[in-house]
Amino acid sequence: MSLNAEKFREDFPIFKRKINNRPLAFLDSASTSQKPQQVIDAIKDYYEQHNANPHRSIYTLCDEATQIYEKAREKVAKFINAKSDKEIIFVRNTNEAMNILAYSYAMENLKEGDEILLTIMEHHANIVPWQMLQKRGVKLKFVDINDDGTLNLNQLNEMITKNTKIVSVTHKSNVLGTVNNVKEIGRIAHDNESIFIVDGAQAVPNMPVDVKDLDCDFLAFSGHKMLGPMNIGVLYGKSDILEKMEPFMRGSDMIKEVQLTETVWNDLPWKFEAGTPNVEGAVGLSAAIDYLSKVGLSEIQKHEEELSVYAMEKLNEIKGFKPVFNGTLKNGVISFNMVGTHSHDVAYILDEFAVAIRSGHMCCQPLMRRLGMQSIARASFYLYNTKEEIDTLAEGLEKVNQVFKV
Amino acid sequence: MNSEIYRETILEHYANPVNAGDIPDADATARDFNPSCGDVVEIQAKFSDGIVKDIKFRGEGCAISQSSVDILLGIVKNKTIAEVENFTTEDFLEILGIELSPLRLKCALLGLNTLKTAVHTYLTRV
Ligand SMILES: Cc1ncc(COP(=O)(O)O)c(C=O)c1O
Repeated sequence: MSLNAEKFREDFPIFKRKINNRPLAFLDSASTSQKPQQVIDAIKDYYEQHNANPHRSIYTLCDEATQIYEKAREKVAKFINAKSDKEIIFVRNTNEAMNILAYSYAMENLKEGDEILLTIMEHHANIVPWQMLQKRGVKLKFVDINDDGTLNLNQLNEMITKNTKIVSVTHKSNVLGTVNNVKEIGRIAHDNESIFIVDGAQAVPNMPVDVKDLDCDFLAFSGHKMLGPMNIGVLYGKSDILEKMEPFMRGSDMIKEVQLTETVWNDLPWKFEAGTPNVEGAVGLSAAIDYLSKVGLSEIQKHEEELSVYAMEKLNEIKGFKPVFNGTLKNGVISFNMVGTHSHDVAYILDEFAVAIRSGHMCCQPLMRRLGMQSIARASFYLYNTKEEIDTLAEGLEKVNQVFKV
Repeated sequence: MNSEIYRETILEHYANPVNAGDIPDADATARDFNPSCGDVVEIQAKFSDGIVKDIKFRGEGCAISQSSVDILLGIVKNKTIAEVENFTTEDFLEILGIELSPLRLKCALLGLNTLKTAVHTYLTRV
Protein backbone atom coordinates (compact mmCIF):
# COMPACT_ATOMS: atom_id res chain seq x y z
CA MET A 1 0.00 0.00 0.00
CA SER A 2 1.35 3.36 -0.99
CA LEU A 3 -0.50 5.21 1.73
CA ASN A 4 -0.14 4.21 5.35
CA ALA A 5 -3.76 4.06 6.48
CA GLU A 6 -2.82 2.44 9.79
CA LYS A 7 -0.76 5.46 10.69
CA PHE A 8 -3.53 7.91 9.76
CA ARG A 9 -6.09 5.94 11.77
CA GLU A 10 -4.23 6.92 14.93
CA ASP A 11 -5.22 10.53 14.28
CA PHE A 12 -8.93 9.64 14.42
CA PRO A 13 -10.16 9.20 18.00
CA ILE A 14 -13.33 7.40 16.90
CA PHE A 15 -11.32 4.39 15.79
CA LYS A 16 -10.56 3.68 19.44
CA ARG A 17 -14.25 2.99 19.83
CA LYS A 18 -15.45 -0.63 19.91
CA ILE A 19 -18.87 -1.58 18.63
CA ASN A 20 -20.19 -4.97 19.68
CA ASN A 21 -16.69 -5.55 21.06
CA ARG A 22 -15.09 -5.18 17.69
CA PRO A 23 -12.98 -2.40 16.21
CA LEU A 24 -15.03 -0.05 14.04
CA ALA A 25 -14.83 -0.73 10.29
CA PHE A 26 -16.23 2.54 8.99
CA LEU A 27 -17.11 2.03 5.33
CA ASP A 28 -19.54 4.91 4.95
CA SER A 29 -17.34 7.94 4.31
CA ALA A 30 -19.33 8.86 1.20
CA SER A 31 -22.11 9.73 3.66
CA THR A 32 -19.87 11.56 6.06
CA SER A 33 -16.21 11.20 6.97
CA GLN A 34 -14.72 10.76 10.42
CA LYS A 35 -12.71 13.63 11.94
CA PRO A 36 -9.03 13.67 12.89
CA GLN A 37 -7.83 15.05 16.23
CA GLN A 38 -6.34 18.02 14.34
CA VAL A 39 -9.80 19.16 13.26
CA ILE A 40 -11.32 18.60 16.70
CA ASP A 41 -8.42 20.47 18.32
CA ALA A 42 -8.71 23.40 15.92
CA ILE A 43 -12.35 23.90 16.85
CA LYS A 44 -11.55 23.54 20.55
CA ASP A 45 -8.72 26.02 20.28
CA TYR A 46 -10.95 28.51 18.51
CA TYR A 47 -13.48 28.47 21.34
CA GLU A 48 -10.85 28.41 24.09
CA GLN A 49 -8.69 31.19 22.68
CA HIS A 50 -10.31 33.33 20.01
CA ASN A 51 -14.10 33.25 20.08
CA ALA A 52 -15.90 36.48 19.11
CA ASN A 53 -18.38 37.56 16.47
CA PRO A 54 -16.30 38.35 13.37
CA HIS A 55 -16.63 41.56 11.33
CA ARG A 56 -18.46 43.26 14.21
CA SER A 57 -16.05 45.22 16.35
CA ILE A 58 -12.42 46.21 16.80
CA TYR A 59 -11.23 44.54 19.98
CA THR A 60 -8.51 41.88 19.91
CA LEU A 61 -10.69 38.77 19.94
CA CYS A 62 -12.96 40.11 17.26
CA ASP A 63 -9.97 40.90 15.12
CA GLU A 64 -8.63 37.38 15.64
CA ALA A 65 -11.97 35.71 14.92
CA THR A 66 -12.31 37.75 11.74
CA GLN A 67 -8.82 36.83 10.61
CA ILE A 68 -9.31 33.17 11.40
CA TYR A 69 -12.55 33.09 9.45
CA GLU A 70 -11.11 34.89 6.43
CA LYS A 71 -7.90 32.81 6.49
CA ALA A 72 -10.08 29.70 6.25
CA ARG A 73 -11.66 31.21 3.17
CA GLU A 74 -8.23 31.83 1.62
CA LYS A 75 -7.31 28.24 2.38
CA VAL A 76 -10.37 26.93 0.58
CA ALA A 77 -9.65 29.21 -2.39
CA LYS A 78 -6.11 27.83 -2.70
CA PHE A 79 -7.31 24.26 -2.21
CA ILE A 80 -9.58 24.36 -5.27
CA ASN A 81 -7.37 26.89 -7.10
CA ALA A 82 -9.93 29.69 -7.22
CA LYS A 83 -8.79 33.01 -8.64
CA SER A 84 -9.66 34.87 -5.47
CA ASP A 85 -11.10 34.25 -2.02
CA LYS A 86 -14.00 36.51 -3.00
CA GLU A 87 -15.24 33.54 -4.97
CA ILE A 88 -15.62 31.36 -1.89
CA ILE A 89 -18.98 31.56 -0.14
CA PHE A 90 -19.39 29.64 3.07
CA VAL A 91 -22.67 27.75 3.22
CA ARG A 92 -24.06 24.92 5.33
CA ASN A 93 -23.64 22.14 2.78
CA THR A 94 -24.05 21.17 -0.87
CA ASN A 95 -27.83 21.31 -0.57
CA GLU A 96 -27.70 24.93 0.53
CA ALA A 97 -25.28 25.85 -2.25
CA MET A 98 -27.65 24.40 -4.85
CA ASN A 99 -30.57 26.29 -3.32
CA ILE A 100 -28.65 29.56 -3.55
CA LEU A 101 -28.09 28.87 -7.24
CA ALA A 102 -31.72 27.91 -7.83
CA TYR A 103 -33.08 31.01 -6.08
CA SER A 104 -30.44 33.64 -6.77
CA TYR A 105 -29.37 32.56 -10.23
CA ALA A 106 -32.08 30.46 -11.88
CA MET A 107 -35.16 32.23 -10.48
CA GLU A 108 -33.66 35.58 -11.50
CA ASN A 109 -32.49 34.62 -14.98
CA LEU A 110 -34.54 31.76 -16.43
CA LYS A 111 -37.88 32.16 -18.13
CA GLU A 112 -40.56 30.01 -19.71
CA GLY A 113 -39.19 27.70 -22.38
CA ASP A 114 -35.68 27.64 -20.93
CA GLU A 115 -34.13 24.30 -20.02
CA ILE A 116 -31.91 22.93 -17.27
CA LEU A 117 -29.85 19.91 -18.23
CA LEU A 118 -29.12 17.43 -15.43
CA THR A 119 -28.20 13.74 -15.35
CA ILE A 120 -30.04 10.69 -14.10
CA MET A 121 -27.23 10.03 -11.60
CA GLU A 122 -27.76 13.27 -9.66
CA HIS A 123 -28.25 13.35 -5.91
CA HIS A 124 -31.58 14.82 -4.76
CA ALA A 125 -29.61 17.95 -3.81
CA ASN A 126 -29.02 18.59 -7.51
CA ILE A 127 -32.57 17.77 -8.65
CA VAL A 128 -35.13 19.01 -6.16
CA PRO A 129 -34.06 22.70 -6.05
CA TRP A 130 -34.36 22.90 -9.86
CA GLN A 131 -37.85 21.42 -9.85
CA MET A 132 -39.05 24.72 -8.38
CA LEU A 133 -38.30 26.34 -11.77
CA GLN A 134 -40.87 24.11 -13.49
CA LYS A 135 -43.58 26.35 -12.05
CA ARG A 136 -42.58 29.07 -14.45
CA GLY A 137 -42.32 26.78 -17.43
CA VAL A 138 -38.65 25.85 -17.28
CA LYS A 139 -38.04 22.31 -18.47
CA LEU A 140 -35.75 19.82 -16.71
CA LYS A 141 -33.94 17.30 -18.89
CA PHE A 142 -31.95 14.31 -17.70
CA VAL A 143 -29.02 12.72 -19.51
CA ASP A 144 -29.00 8.93 -19.18
CA ILE A 145 -26.17 6.56 -18.26
CA ASN A 146 -24.57 3.89 -20.41
CA ASP A 147 -24.72 0.21 -19.49
CA ASP A 148 -21.37 0.46 -17.73
CA GLY A 149 -22.49 3.25 -15.40
CA THR A 150 -20.73 6.06 -17.26
CA LEU A 151 -22.59 9.14 -18.45
CA ASN A 152 -23.95 9.04 -22.00
CA LEU A 153 -22.01 11.99 -23.42
CA ASN A 154 -23.45 11.51 -26.91
CA GLN A 155 -26.89 11.96 -25.50
CA LEU A 156 -25.76 15.02 -23.57
CA ASN A 157 -24.54 16.51 -26.84
CA GLU A 158 -27.90 15.78 -28.45
CA MET A 159 -30.02 17.06 -25.57
CA ILE A 160 -28.33 20.41 -25.12
CA THR A 161 -30.17 23.14 -27.08
CA LYS A 162 -30.05 26.90 -27.43
CA ASN A 163 -32.67 26.99 -24.64
CA THR A 164 -30.39 25.16 -22.20
CA LYS A 165 -29.40 27.89 -19.76
CA ILE A 166 -27.92 25.70 -17.04
CA VAL A 167 -26.02 22.42 -17.12
CA SER A 168 -25.55 20.96 -13.63
CA VAL A 169 -23.70 17.68 -13.19
CA THR A 170 -22.12 15.72 -10.39
CA HIS A 171 -18.35 15.32 -10.65
CA LYS A 172 -18.56 11.92 -9.00
CA SER A 173 -21.62 9.76 -8.41
CA ASN A 174 -22.27 8.76 -4.80
CA VAL A 175 -23.94 5.54 -5.99
CA LEU A 176 -22.00 4.42 -9.05
CA GLY A 177 -18.63 5.89 -8.15
CA THR A 178 -18.49 7.13 -11.74
CA VAL A 179 -16.20 10.12 -12.19
CA ASN A 180 -17.66 12.26 -14.94
CA ASN A 181 -15.53 14.07 -17.47
CA VAL A 182 -16.68 17.44 -16.16
CA LYS A 183 -14.03 19.31 -18.09
CA GLU A 184 -15.46 18.05 -21.36
CA ILE A 185 -19.05 18.62 -20.19
CA GLY A 186 -18.08 22.16 -19.19
CA ARG A 187 -16.66 22.77 -22.66
CA ILE A 188 -19.90 21.57 -24.24
CA ALA A 189 -21.95 23.74 -21.86
CA HIS A 190 -19.85 26.85 -22.50
CA ASP A 191 -19.85 26.35 -26.28
CA ASN A 192 -23.61 26.47 -25.88
CA GLU A 193 -23.38 29.57 -23.62
CA SER A 194 -24.93 27.65 -20.73
CA ILE A 195 -23.94 28.18 -17.11
CA PHE A 196 -22.01 25.15 -15.88
CA ILE A 197 -22.47 23.92 -12.30
CA VAL A 198 -20.57 21.04 -10.70
CA ASP A 199 -21.75 19.09 -7.66
CA GLY A 200 -18.41 18.39 -6.03
CA ALA A 201 -19.72 16.73 -2.86
CA GLN A 202 -18.10 13.39 -3.70
CA ALA A 203 -15.14 14.51 -5.81
CA VAL A 204 -13.60 17.27 -3.70
CA PRO A 205 -12.92 14.97 -0.69
CA ASN A 206 -11.39 12.20 -2.79
CA MET A 207 -9.42 13.60 -5.72
CA PRO A 208 -7.66 16.80 -6.78
CA VAL A 209 -10.22 19.33 -8.03
CA ASP A 210 -9.09 22.54 -9.72
CA VAL A 211 -11.81 25.02 -10.68
CA LYS A 212 -9.55 26.86 -13.14
CA ASP A 213 -8.77 23.63 -14.91
CA LEU A 214 -12.42 22.50 -14.94
CA ASP A 215 -13.53 26.01 -15.91
CA CYS A 216 -16.85 25.50 -14.08
CA ASP A 217 -18.95 28.54 -13.23
CA PHE A 218 -19.98 27.10 -9.87
CA LEU A 219 -18.80 24.26 -7.65
CA ALA A 220 -20.60 23.07 -4.51
CA PHE A 221 -19.24 20.81 -1.78
CA SER A 222 -19.65 19.86 1.88
CA GLY A 223 -17.00 20.03 4.62
CA HIS A 224 -18.31 17.02 6.51
CA LYS A 225 -17.41 14.59 3.74
CA MET A 226 -13.76 15.76 3.74
CA LEU A 227 -12.76 15.39 7.41
CA GLY A 228 -14.34 18.72 8.37
CA PRO A 229 -17.29 19.39 10.65
CA MET A 230 -20.94 19.23 9.69
CA ASN A 231 -22.80 22.37 8.70
CA ILE A 232 -19.97 24.03 6.78
CA GLY A 233 -19.80 23.82 3.02
CA VAL A 234 -18.67 25.86 0.09
CA LEU A 235 -20.22 27.48 -2.93
CA TYR A 236 -17.50 28.52 -5.35
CA GLY A 237 -18.60 30.86 -8.12
CA LYS A 238 -16.83 32.94 -10.76
CA SER A 239 -16.77 36.45 -9.39
CA ASP A 240 -18.21 38.15 -12.49
CA ILE A 241 -21.35 35.98 -12.22
CA LEU A 242 -21.60 36.29 -8.43
CA GLU A 243 -21.34 40.08 -8.71
CA LYS A 244 -24.46 40.18 -10.84
CA MET A 245 -26.49 37.86 -8.61
CA GLU A 246 -28.97 38.90 -5.97
CA PRO A 247 -28.35 37.64 -2.43
CA PHE A 248 -30.23 34.57 -1.25
CA MET A 249 -30.56 35.35 2.47
CA ARG A 250 -31.05 38.94 3.55
CA GLY A 251 -30.34 40.56 6.89
CA SER A 252 -27.21 41.53 8.78
CA ASP A 253 -23.57 41.31 7.71
CA MET A 254 -24.45 41.08 4.03
CA ILE A 255 -25.07 44.82 3.80
CA LYS A 256 -23.08 48.01 3.34
CA GLU A 257 -25.75 50.51 4.11
CA VAL A 258 -29.33 50.07 5.28
CA GLN A 259 -32.03 52.69 4.87
CA LEU A 260 -35.58 52.13 6.03
CA THR A 261 -36.73 50.90 2.64
CA GLU A 262 -33.59 50.02 0.76
CA THR A 263 -30.18 48.52 1.24
CA VAL A 264 -26.82 48.45 -0.49
CA TRP A 265 -25.43 44.91 -0.58
CA ASN A 266 -22.02 44.13 0.82
CA ASP A 267 -19.15 43.12 -1.48
CA LEU A 268 -18.39 39.53 -2.39
CA PRO A 269 -18.37 37.09 -0.75
CA TRP A 270 -20.19 38.59 2.26
CA LYS A 271 -23.20 39.55 0.13
CA PHE A 272 -24.15 35.88 0.33
CA GLU A 273 -23.45 35.34 4.03
CA ALA A 274 -26.23 36.82 6.13
CA GLY A 275 -25.92 36.77 9.92
CA THR A 276 -23.27 35.50 12.30
CA PRO A 277 -21.19 32.99 10.34
CA ASN A 278 -20.13 29.47 11.27
CA VAL A 279 -16.57 30.31 12.32
CA GLU A 280 -16.14 27.01 14.13
CA GLY A 281 -17.06 25.24 10.91
CA ALA A 282 -14.67 27.29 8.81
CA VAL A 283 -11.86 26.67 11.31
CA GLY A 284 -12.55 22.93 11.24
CA LEU A 285 -12.71 22.87 7.45
CA SER A 286 -9.43 24.74 7.27
CA ALA A 287 -7.76 22.16 9.52
CA ALA A 288 -9.31 19.39 7.41
CA ILE A 289 -7.84 20.90 4.25
CA ASP A 290 -4.42 21.06 5.93
CA TYR A 291 -4.73 17.40 6.79
CA LEU A 292 -5.88 16.35 3.30
CA SER A 293 -3.15 18.42 1.65
CA LYS A 294 -0.51 16.80 3.83
CA VAL A 295 -1.68 13.33 2.84
CA GLY A 296 -2.17 14.36 -0.80
CA LEU A 297 -5.39 14.07 -2.77
CA SER A 298 -3.76 11.97 -5.49
CA GLU A 299 -2.46 9.59 -2.84
CA ILE A 300 -5.94 9.30 -1.35
CA GLN A 301 -7.41 8.59 -4.75
CA LYS A 302 -4.81 5.90 -5.42
CA HIS A 303 -5.43 4.32 -2.02
CA GLU A 304 -9.18 4.16 -2.66
CA GLU A 305 -8.51 2.58 -6.03
CA GLU A 306 -6.32 -0.11 -4.46
CA LEU A 307 -8.94 -0.85 -1.83
CA SER A 308 -11.66 -1.02 -4.49
CA VAL A 309 -9.73 -3.54 -6.56
CA TYR A 310 -9.01 -5.63 -3.46
CA ALA A 311 -12.65 -5.45 -2.34
CA MET A 312 -14.02 -6.53 -5.70
CA GLU A 313 -11.70 -9.55 -5.75
CA LYS A 314 -12.69 -10.52 -2.26
CA LEU A 315 -16.43 -9.82 -2.50
CA ASN A 316 -16.94 -11.44 -5.89
CA GLU A 317 -16.10 -14.75 -4.21
CA ILE A 318 -19.13 -14.42 -1.96
CA LYS A 319 -22.30 -16.18 -3.03
CA GLY A 320 -25.08 -13.78 -3.96
CA PHE A 321 -22.85 -10.68 -4.08
CA LYS A 322 -24.08 -8.56 -6.98
CA PRO A 323 -22.28 -5.29 -7.64
CA VAL A 324 -24.39 -2.67 -9.40
CA PHE A 325 -21.72 -2.33 -12.06
CA ASN A 326 -18.90 -4.82 -12.32
CA GLY A 327 -15.53 -3.72 -13.55
CA THR A 328 -15.91 0.02 -13.29
CA LEU A 329 -15.87 0.15 -9.53
CA LYS A 330 -12.42 1.53 -8.80
CA ASN A 331 -13.33 4.83 -7.26
CA GLY A 332 -13.79 3.93 -3.63
CA VAL A 333 -17.54 3.38 -3.93
CA ILE A 334 -18.91 -0.16 -4.11
CA SER A 335 -22.66 -0.39 -4.49
CA PHE A 336 -24.14 -3.85 -4.40
CA ASN A 337 -26.99 -6.09 -3.42
CA MET A 338 -27.02 -9.50 -1.80
CA VAL A 339 -29.37 -11.85 -3.62
CA GLY A 340 -32.37 -12.66 -1.43
CA THR A 341 -31.64 -10.05 1.22
CA HIS A 342 -32.73 -6.43 1.43
CA SER A 343 -29.91 -3.89 1.82
CA HIS A 344 -31.31 -2.80 5.16
CA ASP A 345 -30.99 -6.28 6.54
CA VAL A 346 -27.49 -6.52 5.08
CA ALA A 347 -26.46 -3.32 6.86
CA TYR A 348 -28.07 -4.46 10.08
CA ILE A 349 -26.27 -7.79 10.17
CA LEU A 350 -22.96 -6.10 9.25
CA ASP A 351 -23.35 -3.87 12.30
CA GLU A 352 -22.84 -6.96 14.44
CA PHE A 353 -19.32 -6.98 12.99
CA ALA A 354 -18.97 -3.23 13.61
CA VAL A 355 -19.00 -2.71 9.85
CA ALA A 356 -20.78 0.53 8.93
CA ILE A 357 -22.21 0.75 5.41
CA ARG A 358 -25.00 2.75 3.82
CA SER A 359 -28.25 1.13 2.75
CA GLY A 360 -31.39 2.40 1.05
CA HIS A 361 -32.05 4.73 -1.85
CA MET A 362 -28.87 6.82 -1.40
CA CYS A 363 -30.82 10.08 -1.95
CA CYS A 364 -30.85 9.15 -5.64
CA GLN A 365 -34.35 7.83 -6.26
CA PRO A 366 -34.46 8.67 -9.99
CA LEU A 367 -31.21 6.73 -10.49
CA MET A 368 -32.51 3.82 -8.43
CA ARG A 369 -35.62 3.69 -10.59
CA ARG A 370 -33.43 3.79 -13.71
CA LEU A 371 -31.44 0.85 -12.34
CA GLY A 372 -34.67 -0.97 -11.48
CA MET A 373 -33.71 -1.22 -7.82
CA GLN A 374 -35.54 -0.19 -4.69
CA SER A 375 -32.51 -0.12 -2.49
CA ILE A 376 -28.77 -0.67 -2.55
CA ALA A 377 -26.02 -1.38 -0.05
CA ARG A 378 -22.91 0.76 -0.41
CA ALA A 379 -19.42 0.44 1.01
CA SER A 380 -17.22 3.49 0.50
CA PHE A 381 -13.56 3.98 1.33
CA TYR A 382 -11.38 6.83 2.52
CA LEU A 383 -7.80 7.43 3.52
CA TYR A 384 -8.17 5.66 6.88
CA ASN A 385 -9.63 2.40 5.55
CA THR A 386 -7.65 -0.83 5.39
CA LYS A 387 -7.81 -4.22 3.68
CA GLU A 388 -8.54 -5.79 7.06
CA GLU A 389 -11.79 -3.85 7.20
CA ILE A 390 -12.75 -5.23 3.81
CA ASP A 391 -12.00 -8.71 5.14
CA THR A 392 -14.41 -8.02 7.99
CA LEU A 393 -17.00 -6.82 5.49
CA ALA A 394 -16.62 -10.11 3.63
CA GLU A 395 -16.95 -12.04 6.89
CA GLY A 396 -20.15 -10.12 7.65
CA LEU A 397 -21.60 -10.82 4.21
CA GLU A 398 -21.06 -14.54 4.75
CA LYS A 399 -23.10 -14.19 7.92
CA VAL A 400 -25.84 -12.41 5.94
CA ASN A 401 -26.07 -15.46 3.70
CA GLN A 402 -26.15 -17.72 6.71
CA VAL A 403 -29.00 -15.82 8.41
CA PHE A 404 -31.06 -15.54 5.25
CA LYS A 405 -30.18 -19.09 4.19
CA VAL A 406 -28.91 -18.04 0.78
CA MET B 1 -27.93 -5.13 17.88
CA ASN B 2 -27.71 -8.65 16.63
CA SER B 3 -29.16 -10.98 14.07
CA GLU B 4 -31.38 -12.74 16.61
CA ILE B 5 -34.20 -10.49 15.41
CA TYR B 6 -34.28 -12.62 12.27
CA ARG B 7 -36.33 -15.34 13.94
CA GLU B 8 -37.66 -18.22 11.93
CA THR B 9 -41.19 -16.71 11.88
CA ILE B 10 -39.89 -13.35 10.64
CA LEU B 11 -37.92 -14.97 7.82
CA GLU B 12 -40.85 -17.23 6.94
CA HIS B 13 -43.30 -14.31 6.66
CA TYR B 14 -40.70 -12.39 4.62
CA ALA B 15 -40.10 -15.21 2.16
CA ASN B 16 -43.72 -16.38 1.95
CA PRO B 17 -46.14 -13.65 2.99
CA VAL B 18 -49.66 -14.94 3.54
CA ASN B 19 -51.46 -11.60 3.33
CA ALA B 20 -49.83 -10.14 0.25
CA GLY B 21 -52.06 -9.16 -2.64
CA ASP B 22 -54.81 -6.81 -3.79
CA ILE B 23 -58.47 -6.32 -2.95
CA PRO B 24 -60.00 -4.86 -6.11
CA ASP B 25 -63.15 -3.53 -4.35
CA ALA B 26 -61.39 -2.33 -1.20
CA ASP B 27 -63.19 0.17 1.06
CA ALA B 28 -59.98 1.83 2.12
CA THR B 29 -56.43 2.02 0.86
CA ALA B 30 -53.42 3.58 2.58
CA ARG B 31 -49.81 3.85 1.55
CA ASP B 32 -46.86 4.93 3.60
CA PHE B 33 -43.10 5.23 3.22
CA ASN B 34 -40.15 5.17 5.49
CA PRO B 35 -38.42 8.22 3.97
CA SER B 36 -34.97 7.38 5.32
CA CYS B 37 -34.75 4.01 3.59
CA GLY B 38 -37.52 4.04 0.98
CA ASP B 39 -39.43 1.06 2.40
CA VAL B 40 -43.02 1.17 1.25
CA VAL B 41 -46.25 -0.52 2.34
CA GLU B 42 -49.71 -0.25 0.83
CA ILE B 43 -52.68 -1.76 2.67
CA GLN B 44 -56.10 -2.43 1.18
CA ALA B 45 -59.02 -3.31 3.43
CA LYS B 46 -62.63 -4.36 3.12
CA PHE B 47 -65.02 -3.80 6.02
CA SER B 48 -68.53 -4.96 6.78
CA ASP B 49 -70.65 -4.74 9.94
CA GLY B 50 -67.77 -3.00 11.69
CA ILE B 51 -65.44 -5.90 11.03
CA VAL B 52 -62.25 -6.17 8.99
CA LYS B 53 -63.52 -8.67 6.45
CA ASP B 54 -60.46 -8.79 4.25
CA ILE B 55 -57.11 -7.05 4.34
CA LYS B 56 -54.05 -7.33 2.13
CA PHE B 57 -50.79 -5.51 1.49
CA ARG B 58 -48.20 -4.83 -1.12
CA GLY B 59 -44.80 -3.57 -0.24
CA GLU B 60 -41.11 -3.43 -0.80
CA GLY B 61 -38.46 -3.27 1.84
CA CYS B 62 -36.46 -5.06 4.48
CA ALA B 63 -37.36 -8.31 6.20
CA ILE B 64 -38.53 -6.52 9.33
CA SER B 65 -40.88 -4.07 7.62
CA GLN B 66 -42.38 -6.64 5.28
CA SER B 67 -42.76 -9.53 7.72
CA SER B 68 -44.21 -7.19 10.37
CA VAL B 69 -46.98 -6.03 8.11
CA ASP B 70 -47.76 -9.60 7.06
CA ILE B 71 -47.97 -10.71 10.70
CA LEU B 72 -50.03 -7.64 11.58
CA LEU B 73 -52.66 -8.27 8.93
CA GLY B 74 -53.05 -11.83 10.17
CA ILE B 75 -53.79 -10.43 13.64
CA VAL B 76 -56.37 -7.83 12.63
CA LYS B 77 -58.29 -9.83 10.05
CA ASN B 78 -61.83 -10.56 11.30
CA LYS B 79 -61.36 -8.22 14.28
CA THR B 80 -63.76 -5.35 14.91
CA ILE B 81 -62.76 -1.84 13.93
CA ALA B 82 -62.84 -0.90 17.61
CA GLU B 83 -60.37 -3.67 18.40
CA VAL B 84 -58.05 -2.49 15.64
CA GLU B 85 -58.29 1.08 16.91
CA ASN B 86 -57.41 -0.03 20.42
CA PHE B 87 -54.51 -2.18 19.23
CA THR B 88 -51.42 -0.29 20.35
CA THR B 89 -47.77 -0.19 19.34
CA GLU B 90 -46.94 -1.91 22.61
CA ASP B 91 -49.42 -4.72 21.91
CA PHE B 92 -47.86 -5.27 18.51
CA LEU B 93 -44.26 -5.20 19.72
CA GLU B 94 -45.10 -7.70 22.43
CA ILE B 95 -46.44 -10.07 19.81
CA LEU B 96 -43.41 -9.58 17.58
CA GLY B 97 -41.26 -10.27 20.60
CA ILE B 98 -37.98 -9.01 19.16
CA GLU B 99 -35.59 -6.43 20.53
CA LEU B 100 -35.43 -3.47 18.14
CA SER B 101 -33.18 -0.42 18.00
CA PRO B 102 -34.93 2.94 17.47
CA LEU B 103 -34.07 2.94 13.76
CA ARG B 104 -35.31 -0.60 13.30
CA LEU B 105 -38.51 0.21 15.21
CA LYS B 106 -39.53 2.40 12.29
CA CYS B 107 -39.32 -0.62 10.00
CA ALA B 108 -41.45 -2.74 12.33
CA LEU B 109 -44.10 -0.05 12.78
CA LEU B 110 -44.47 1.00 9.14
CA GLY B 111 -47.31 -1.50 8.64
CA LEU B 112 -49.12 -0.55 11.85
CA ASN B 113 -49.03 3.15 11.00
CA THR B 114 -50.33 2.43 7.51
CA LEU B 115 -53.11 0.26 8.95
CA LYS B 116 -54.21 3.05 11.31
CA THR B 117 -54.34 5.45 8.36
CA ALA B 118 -56.46 2.98 6.36
CA VAL B 119 -58.95 2.59 9.22
CA HIS B 120 -59.04 6.35 9.74
CA THR B 121 -59.69 6.91 6.04
CA TYR B 122 -62.55 4.44 6.17
CA LEU B 123 -64.11 5.94 9.31
CA THR B 124 -64.00 9.51 8.05
CA ARG B 125 -65.71 8.40 4.86
CA VAL B 126 -68.62 6.33 6.23
C1 LIG C 1 -23.17 13.77 -4.98
C2 LIG C 1 -23.75 14.42 -3.77
N1 LIG C 1 -24.33 15.61 -3.86
C3 LIG C 1 -24.85 16.24 -2.80
C4 LIG C 1 -24.84 15.68 -1.55
C5 LIG C 1 -25.49 16.40 -0.42
O1 LIG C 1 -24.59 16.79 0.55
P1 LIG C 1 -25.10 17.52 1.86
O2 LIG C 1 -26.03 16.57 2.53
O3 LIG C 1 -23.86 17.75 2.65
O4 LIG C 1 -25.77 18.77 1.43
C6 LIG C 1 -24.25 14.42 -1.39
C7 LIG C 1 -24.21 13.79 -0.06
O5 LIG C 1 -24.68 12.71 0.18
C8 LIG C 1 -23.71 13.77 -2.52
O6 LIG C 1 -23.16 12.56 -2.42
